[in-house]
Amino acid sequence: MAETIQTIFTEPAHTQMMNRLWDLQLLNGYIRDEDITQLASLFGLSEIEVEGVVSFYHFFHRQPTGKYTIYVNNSIVADHKGCQRIIETFERETGARLGSVDRSGMFGLFETPCIGLSDQEPSALINFYPFTQLNAMKVKDIVGRLKAGVDVADICDQPQDNIRFTPADNKTLFFRHLEAGASITKAQALSPDGVIDALKISELAGRGGAYFPTWKKWQAAKEQGASPKFVVCNADEGEPGTFKDRVLMNACPHSLIEGMIICAYTIGASMGFIYLRGKYRWLLPRLEATLADYRKMGLLGKNCNRIEGFDFDIRIQMGAGSYVCGEETALLESLEGKRGEPRTKWFFPVEKGYLQLPTVVNNVETFCAVAQILDIGTDAYLKLGIPGSAGTKLISVSGDCKLPGLYEIEWGMTVAELLELCEAENPYYIQVSGPSGECISIKEKFRRISMLDLLARKDIRCGGSFMVFNKDRDLVKVLLNFAAFFKQESCGICTPCRAGNFIIQRKLERLDNGLAIEEDLKELKTWGEIMKTTSRCGLGKTATNSLILAMDKFRDYFGEKLDKSYNGQSMKFDMEAATREYETYKK
Amino acid sequence: MAKMVNLQIDGKHIQAEEGKNLMLVARENGIFIPSLCYYEHIEPPLGSCRVCTCKLNGKAGPACTEKVAEGLVVEVNTPELNDSRKALVEMMFAEGNHICPACEKSGLCDLQHMGYELGISATRFPHLFKDRVIDYNPSRIVMEHNRCIKCLRCVVDVKSKEGKRVFNYINRGNETYVGVDYAEEAKLTDEEILNAMHICPTGAIIVRGVSQSEPFGERKYDQESVQKHRPHAKQPAAQRPLVNEKKVVATVSLAGCFGCHMSLLDIDTDLLDVIELVSFDKSPLTDIKKFTNRCHIGLIEGGCCNSENIETLRLFREHCDILVAMGECAVWGGLPAMRNAIPLSECLEEAYLNCVTNEPSSTIVPYHEDLPKILDKVYACNEIVKIDYYIPGCPPDANHIWKVVKNLLWGEEYSILYSEFKYD
Ligand SMILES: Cc1cc2nc3c(=O)[nH]c(=O)nc-3n(C[C@H](O)[C@H](O)[C@H](O)COP(=O)(O)O)c2cc1C
Ligand code: SF4
Ligand code: SF4
Ligand code: SF4
Ligand code: FES
Repeated sequence: MAETIQTIFTEPAHTQMMNRLWDLQLLNGYIRDEDITQLASLFGLSEIEVEGVVSFYHFFHRQPTGKYTIYVNNSIVADHKGCQRIIETFERETGARLGSVDRSGMFGLFETPCIGLSDQEPSALINFYPFTQLNAMKVKDIVGRLKAGVDVADICDQPQDNIRFTPADNKTLFFRHLEAGASITKAQALSPDGVIDALKISELAGRGGAYFPTWKKWQAAKEQGASPKFVVCNADEGEPGTFKDRVLMNACPHSLIEGMIICAYTIGASMGFIYLRGKYRWLLPRLEATLADYRKMGLLGKNCNRIEGFDFDIRIQMGAGSYVCGEETALLESLEGKRGEPRTKWFFPVEKGYLQLPTVVNNVETFCAVAQILDIGTDAYLKLGIPGSAGTKLISVSGDCKLPGLYEIEWGMTVAELLELCEAENPYYIQVSGPSGECISIKEKFRRISMLDLLARKDIRCGGSFMVFNKDRDLVKVLLNFAAFFKQESCGICTPCRAGNFIIQRKLERLDNGLAIEEDLKELKTWGEIMKTTSRCGLGKTATNSLILAMDKFRDYFGEKLDKSYNGQSMKFDMEAATREYETYKK
Repeated sequence: MAKMVNLQIDGKHIQAEEGKNLMLVARENGIFIPSLCYYEHIEPPLGSCRVCTCKLNGKAGPACTEKVAEGLVVEVNTPELNDSRKALVEMMFAEGNHICPACEKSGLCDLQHMGYELGISATRFPHLFKDRVIDYNPSRIVMEHNRCIKCLRCVVDVKSKEGKRVFNYINRGNETYVGVDYAEEAKLTDEEILNAMHICPTGAIIVRGVSQSEPFGERKYDQESVQKHRPHAKQPAAQRPLVNEKKVVATVSLAGCFGCHMSLLDIDTDLLDVIELVSFDKSPLTDIKKFTNRCHIGLIEGGCCNSENIETLRLFREHCDILVAMGECAVWGGLPAMRNAIPLSECLEEAYLNCVTNEPSSTIVPYHEDLPKILDKVYACNEIVKIDYYIPGCPPDANHIWKVVKNLLWGEEYSILYSEFKYD
């Protein structure tokens, strides 16, 4: 039985909460009252605690969700590609209204933010199997077949990797061939300190968006006295428009696993986790198979790669539909089977992470990069990219372009070059690094994509999402979509984000309805700044980034949106709308 | 003994034990850092309200989750930080549905107290009027979700004998609320139940039969500020300005209860002085229905609940140089806005059809072309016209109102006593 997870460390029972909930959700289509009672007594919790966990996650329901549960992506790219029409078609064909189940209990229809398939929109998940490039005909056909009793697994799509570009002259870092175990053997030759040195020389910085130097994190974890230690791969990829990790896990899951093994070897960890977002459930078989292969080859389990005393294995934890669980401390809470609320900065994960023990959390791309860097050596790595910003970067391109997909670029490429490569159509503004990132105008197309000159905003650092929008797209509608996203995904634990995102959304609606005045724009900006400085985690801190930048960069556009009849005295007021309820009540 | 470290708070040099909570260190040194969720014995600290946000070595962050270290430099009172903190408390008022005059905790409430301390007169944010229920199911408490600020105290601190949580967050984002486990609640001792009410910084957890035992309305707690030097406190006036011209004032009660007008008259014999200085134009006090002059000041009581309120308010804006929103209803909607979270049809039916004092079958919802139309919700005055000044209170203190008016008309400097600056 070399394929099963080795019991190197026994986790406390309550960490299995998410898995039990998933089982029940998939089995019955919802979590029943009796399930809550049973789980509470199983884990020694009060029922309200179990309710708290269930209600936190988008994919756990307390009402039936039908034999076939459909989630249509409503992210901004999907919106532009016509997801509303897809939803309408689903409604017509299944008889289920959005947010509910049809009368027969067969279909449940829901919306969900970005499912990581922005290069093949409109898309949807049915029972967590992917369906891409939908149109009305296709939806009709799918629903027809499901009604006829065909298995979802048999008719779902296999999403394309769409790797559109890798650096010329075979300079790809991520998609080069990696012999199984090769990078681990090289790590062993370097010794743990050598690995840290190599990462330091290569200046690898975390690819999950925060760009924290990887070596520092590993070093800090290595120095911790407490044990056991853990390695966690953040495969939550929740930032709308990002799908690089999806492609990596589909195309080269082995390099991810090797990266994690190297980390474990370096810091002395005995257990690893891949926290896989619920929307990527369809990637599970592939990852499990690769893990099984690695166990078979003796690269996972007891004495990995025949390194005496190095016992390490990896378990996959499914997330359940929460963007904030990508934030590393929220992820750890979720991994422990709790609500995914980010922790305070009282402790860092490397000191007290999973189960209050030292833990390294890194992104999928970071681990893949580690394995490849060790395999090709730091010299070869430093030749990639530009001085001060070495290496390559994976960018998920979507939106108004002919060739959406994954681009592996060398750092230093300009926005203009990338736009040309993806055959952008009349680009007007670009959302870099997703809604929490930075929006740039086409006027800035000569900015380089690199990790340099960030403060001066000369170069731009891309977290992985690159959404292109043409001139005809309504910027306020885009920002409203983002605001709705943050409002929905806020964990609710701190005031500025919980209330702030709601307030910002209301204000943007005023702007969208032509009721706003100059003063409103000023307020949006200062309120956005307050959220930035006071929020607890990155979600609240970055939620208003794009809005604030957009108001500066597209001043004329915002000016056009204001109520021009305002004389400094009386605001516009829609009396007809305000009295409609009363008038209709009389009828 | 723990190592001592040196730190600076607003320029003051302080020695403290390394790793100690900054909030505690500040308190021990008599430095006031506003806070709401922080509770000394809860460890690790909650860090949920963010009201304690300071600059820590130049970077914004909450004081209550900071461990003091050698060389730490803390800024507490800078204009931006004071404003951010104030904004956060305003956000809590905008997010919840706080009707202090009808609240059992009024006068003992940390949130309300923080409002006074930070000198909040009107929330800059639109009130969200989210429909929230009051949970009467628990056997000994009432959970008033309208007042909960999600500080996390009850969730973390109130546990049954077996260590199970009694309160927990349900949902997420702005849908988050504190759910009660009825079974676990029933197991708490009376003392533990009282403790739950006491640790709650607001009036969200109310113990049946206990919280109403003290009379409210007569209470005036916190006569003094906890801060020795309140950053926003104005210094008392030195001299009386020369008054040579009689100023014209107009007043109106829109969707209000006339309470603010009553308060206006509450300065007793000083009223005689006032009459010497100002004349009233359109106002219920004079019963003048139409503007006869341009006015220096318009005092508005009440928000807008019907079409006529909107027209009247606009008329005031046209005829007055300065418009002052007087009292909570004018400021953000106040008591009448309690209906904003409820569908209009339900309100109409409750008021006109199902009301207990109505005679069955002889009731109608009034509607006539000559009658004003009822709006979908009660609007704050500043949603309709530009408002120049706000006087908080329900009703505002009479002295407060006149001090503001005199300041606006003659530039007379004023100092509002802590006890005059009250919502309740
Ligand atoms: C709201 C929020 C969402 C995040 N989502 C992700 C994510 O989906 N994937 C990820 O790798 N990092 C995400 N991060 C960043 C993580 O907190 C953390 O920095 C990262 O996992 C560290 O790995 P790295 O150093 O390899 O980048 C998110 C951060 C925030 C604040
Ligand atoms: S910023 Fe938002 S997501 Fe982050 S802790 Fe606060 S409420 Fe939760
Ligand atoms: S007294 Fe406190 S809890 Fe009660 S309504 Fe006022 S602010 Fe809210
Ligand atoms: S009920 Fe009270 S103690 Fe509990 S979270 Fe709300 S405000 Fe805090
Ligand atoms: S007191 Fe510090 S966050 Fe609430």
